[in-house]
Amino acid sequence: MNTNLGLIGKKLGNTQIFTEDGQIRRVTAIAAGPCVVLDKRTQDKHGYSALVLGYGEKSDKHVNKPARGFYAKAGTKPAKRVLEFRLPADVVAQYEQGQTLSAAEIFDGVQFVDVAARSKGHGFTGVMKRHNFGGVGTEGHGAHEAMRHGGSIGMNMTPGRTHRGMKMPGQHGNTRVTMMNLKVVEVLADENIVLVAGSVPGPRGGLVTLRKAVKKGSAPSVEA
Amino acid sequence: MSNTVPEIQAIEARHLREVPPFRPGDTVRVHFRIREGEKERIQVFQGVVISRTGGGIRSTFTVRKVSYGVGVERIFPVHSPRVEKVEISARGHVRRAKLYYLRELRGKKARLRASKRESADRVVRAHR
Repeated sequence: MNTNLGLIGKKLGNTQIFTEDGQIRRVTAIAAGPCVVLDKRTQDKHGYSALVLGYGEKSDKHVNKPARGFYAKAGTKPAKRVLEFRLPADVVAQYEQGQTLSAAEIFDGVQFVDVAARSKGHGFTGVMKRHNFGGVGTEGHGAHEAMRHGGSIGMNMTPGRTHRGMKMPGQHGNTRVTMMNLKVVEVLADENIVLVAGSVPGPRGGLVTLRKAVKKGSAPSVEA
Repeated sequence: MSNTVPEIQAIEARHLREVPPFRPGDTVRVHFRIREGEKERIQVFQGVVISRTGGGIRSTFTVRKVSYGVGVERIFPVHSPRVEKVEISARGHVRRAKLYYLRELRGKKARLRASKRESADRVVRAHR
């Protein structure tokens, strides 16, 4: 599990920029933070340690009474999105309730990040779109109505059943997808924008979480 | 078309460069930076612009020339920092945006009529 600190953000979209030597870099712009520490989860009280981060603002009108009390305690405006980040206890201790985290604070000097988001939903799709199957046969030779089918799904007597996990039609997309080890191309401190190389799951304007990469570029954090 | 998200437009704007308003049909001299090991030099590629595609930071243009009887085409990103400068040496009169038909033409047939628009010099000067 990724226990590095990260931020909640919004996918702005893809673009390209030029490096100094004229290379084109395909990047995704993500508005990362600023996030507010709304609450802390501690080992003693909750059985695990985490920071509760809020991103964006929403009008008081849309906040019910219990939630209003929660935001009042943190001394902040109601946040549009609230997520918990599981972190080692010593990291949690470094932050105060009500503190604001900017993209520059978290991602300056970070080379690689993991970006998680809900992918675009494609609904119930066939195997060609969902699993890149090639389809069956051609339109000629008497074949019909099977061009986009998956073909055989198993043998006959042995094993006499269809193996588990066979790739078949079904819901495609609309799942949480994590892109690991995306290179941080640039952190725009003033705008709280992070440019990462490559693509990021989800639509423009979608909610994403960025965390320092677990497997690359940063020392593995020690579980408390 | 260039991007419509304001934040992304701002990012792209930092990489956009000023280029003279050349069009398909114009003959241009593209000064292109080339790195050879540690050394950097500038190579000039002269030919006819046969296409401009893309918008904003993604826009590119294609230049065609005939070198020793062989047609050569190069695609340059308009805003690449490796394109040192683009000089317009002649304006051509053309009736379409993509001049791919020039590929099939040789010799005298592959010529373009000079444009009646302002002379190339004047356009470039006005731009500066």
